[in-house]
This record gives sequence, structure tokens and C-alpha cells, in this order.
Amino acid sequence: MEVEYSGDVMTLNMGPQHPSTHGVLRLELKTDGEIVAAAIPHIGYLHRCFEKHVENVDYAGVVPYTDRMDYCAAMNMELGYVLAVEKLMGIEVNNRVRCIRIVMAELGRIASHLIAAGTYGNDIGSFTPFLWCFRDRERILDMFEETCGARLLYNYNWIGGLMFDIKPGFEDKLIEFLDYFEPQVDNLNRLLSDNWIFIKRTAEVGILSPETAISYGVTGPNLRGSGVKFDVRRDEPYLGYDEFDFEIPVGQGEYGPVGSCWDRYMVRIREVKESCKIIRQAVAKLTPGDVHESIPKRIKPPAGEIYMRTECPRGELGYYIVSDGGLKPYRLKVKSPCFTVMSAFEEVSRGAMISDVIAILGSFDIVLGEIDR
Amino acid sequence: MNAQEIAALLTEKFGGRIIESKSDGINPYSIVDPAAILEISRFLCSDERLALDHLELLGGADYKDRIEVVYVLYSMKHHHRYTVKCRLPRENPSLQTVESVWKVANWHEREAFDMFGIVFEGHSDLRRILCPDDWEGYPLRKDYKYPTSYRDMPV
Repeated sequence: MEVEYSGDVMTLNMGPQHPSTHGVLRLELKTDGEIVAAAIPHIGYLHRCFEKHVENVDYAGVVPYTDRMDYCAAMNMELGYVLAVEKLMGIEVNNRVRCIRIVMAELGRIASHLIAAGTYGNDIGSFTPFLWCFRDRERILDMFEETCGARLLYNYNWIGGLMFDIKPGFEDKLIEFLDYFEPQVDNLNRLLSDNWIFIKRTAEVGILSPETAISYGVTGPNLRGSGVKFDVRRDEPYLGYDEFDFEIPVGQGEYGPVGSCWDRYMVRIREVKESCKIIRQAVAKLTPGDVHESIPKRIKPPAGEIYMRTECPRGELGYYIVSDGGLKPYRLKVKSPCFTVMSAFEEVSRGAMISDVIAILGSFDIVLGEIDR
Repeated sequence: MNAQEIAALLTEKFGGRIIESKSDGINPYSIVDPAAILEISRFLCSDERLALDHLELLGGADYKDRIEVVYVLYSMKHHHRYTVKCRLPRENPSLQTVESVWKVANWHEREAFDMFGIVFEGHSDLRRILCPDDWEGYPLRKDYKYPTSYRDMPV
């Protein structure tokens, strides 16, 4: 967007401590009145050099570290890592492990998207959806707690298997939850998604074109919000996602140009419904089995390297692992979806109003723990 | 295209500047001449048969005798992937930036500079990204010495 600037440019720091930056992120805004001439993100406040830490722990010990990257979707973080190591070692897991992993990953996706939708409503000025989303998320966390004892950072997916099998009666609770939850999504749509004030704040703001999105390596719901029908679960299936029947929602631009904040938000809401569908199918496919069956006695991958990516709630999470044949990873590099989407922020927010910067940032749904690692 | 075909196409087009190709195994890659990385990147991204328009990962790796820069590429159009690597000396590693080809390279290169000290020539804004601007040393190098203090604060 070309904007003519007239007055003096003022520098305004938004963050690092700001409720709408979703973590310790500093945006250096160059403002001309209400217009943002440039928004330069400064990251690194949460940097703990994860990639250096993991060079000093064994392969199994890396899993808890991965939890702490995207703490809103820890299940999906560890899943990507264990799948990468399993592929490097050539481990095949049985059907029960596979189905439970899919159930947990999709529950994690729902929980994460609920945070995204709830806090986004909160950013825009609507408080009730936030409470509704967190109420429903609690029930998912209860189920995680029942399975592995933790509510936020699970260490549940192990290389070659799972920490525990699900408890007896878990399937019934799951179906009961889905029966309760699916109508709640429609309620949320009535309250927030189709709310005219919300639409006015988001539908013509922060347009991200498909070409720009691909060039900036934007992935996941943010990419699909721009109308690109791409999902790793379908296009490069892992865990046998290709056997499942689900749609890939994309931004359609109902209330404005395609690729707006509203489109990105709505893709997440629609994905939640698809996740419910996947969970129901995965429960139906559950067969008896031992979840510890393929856990290796000693995790020592052969020398070599691998790049493996999975579809996390926030986009594609990639692990590049180099093994020298030892007990610890020689090099582990994480491709963080929030990191890449944040690099596009400067271009998307140029020329926006200051209040729209909040709307754009919220629609990207970033987690700083994963950007800074 | 599969990995063998991509490797063959690269060798046909760039000849001696493709130093080594390993197109079997779980992660097929080619090692290319660092001096030609920009030219090769442009070809990888713009060639119709390849159309590797999505830079998934750009990162460094320290192998004690050399530093490698890894580019993992994917084509949104053809749904194939390929990995390209450059080998650099550990002393003053530098190569050209590919920011003009994939915009996301801007931040990835800043991270590689921050962690390994790889200088990307022609980069528009080569600053540290995760560590503070006045941090000393490159943390992901294998011989990195942990600092005992930062601005007179013990760490």
C-alpha cells in the first residue's frame, strides 16, 4: 500500500510488555499521526538457545525441551520431533500409537485454536468469547491431564511410542466432549465471527496476498487464509493422515479481500470443526495394542540427516536433525512457523492504523516461545 | 520431479559448480559452490520444471572443519523438495544473500549470522536477531566459550 506521509515521524515502542503482543515482543512503530509508516519487530527476549541445549542431552531428553517452544500446542511440538527421529531410525509404530497420536495432536490443535480465537476477540475488544474459549479448552486440558498427568507441557509422545496408554473409558469421554463442543463452535460464530463490529475491525485489514505469503515462507492457517489450499497433512502425509476424510478450509473473502485478518481467523474456526471430524474417525480406528512396543532400548540413530515437517496449529514445524551416530543430536535446527510469519509482519502492517497493528498481530497468532526458542 | 532428476538437471545446467550430489537416502541434497549460490537459487526458484518457491529452512551447521549452510526447498506447485548446501571455511565464512529470491531468507540469514557468524554479502539489514546486539561470539559454534558475565552481570 502506498501512503503519503505528511507530518513528523514519531517512534513508538509497542512492547516488550504489552498485553496485545502475546508475549515479550517489541514492535518499533514509526508513526505519522495514526498511520504506521513502519513496524519493525524486535525479537529474542525469550531466547534460551534451545538448539545449543539439545546438543548436550540425549535424544529422548530433547522431548521436554520441544514442549517449551510453543507452550500452547506442546503436543504438536513433540510429535514433530519424535516423528523426525523415528524416520531417521526407521521405526514403525503400531496402529494404536498412531491413532492416539492423531487424537492428541488434533485435541492440541483445537486447544490452540481456541486460545487464538479467544485472545483475538479480546484484542479487538470482545471479552466474552475469551471466557467461552478458555472454558472449553479446560475440558481438553483435563483430558490431557488424565492421560499423562500434565496440563501444559506433556512429554507424552516418546520416540517409538507413548508415555502411557489412554485410560479405560477415555474414548467415551472424548465423544461426549465432541458432542458438547461442536455446537459451541456455532455459538462462537454467532457471538464473534459474524459480529458486525468484529468484521468491521478485521475484514479489510492486513491483506496478505498468496504470492507474498509464499515468498515469506508463511505456512499453516495464515497461508490458507490467503486462499492457498496447502496442508502438510494432505500434501505430504505423515501418521497416515491420508486415510482420513477432512476438508482443508481456505480464506474465501466473504467480507472483503481474500487474505484479510478475518479470513485467517475464520480458517482456524473452520479447522476446529475438521479436527473434530478427524478425532471421531481416529477413535473408530483404534485397535488394541501395546504403546511401548516399538520404543528402542537405546536411541542411537545412524549417521545422517533428516528434515521432517508436520502441520502444527500455527503452521509447518520442521526439524532438521543431523546425527553423527552418537547418543546426542549433532545439530538440531527448528523451522518455526511463527518466526517466518513474523518476518512478513513489516510488509503487511505498512500503512495501517495503530489499532490495526493489534488486529494484524493477533490474526497471525504467534507464540514467542517458538519464535525465540 | 524426483531427487535424481533434480540432481541431474542441476549438474546439466551448472556443471562443475555442483560439487557433489547425493540423490538417494532420506534427505537428498547437492553441495554447490558458494560463489554461485545466488545464481543457482534464482534458477531453482524461477525454473518452470523446478519452481522451488518455498524456502522452508535456511540454517548453518558447524562440522569443526567447515561450516555448512543448508537450504531446504519445496515447490508449492509440483510438491517436490530438494536440499542445497554450501561448504564454507570456519574462518570468516561468507556468501551471497538469497534475500532477493525468497524474502523469508532475510530473517533466516540474520539468524545464521547471529548463531554462526556467517556473513551474507549484500544483505539489507544484517544484524543479530535473537541475541543482544553487543553479544560476543557465535553460540552455535562447537568451540563456543560460555561467557561468565554480560554487561557486568554474572550469567
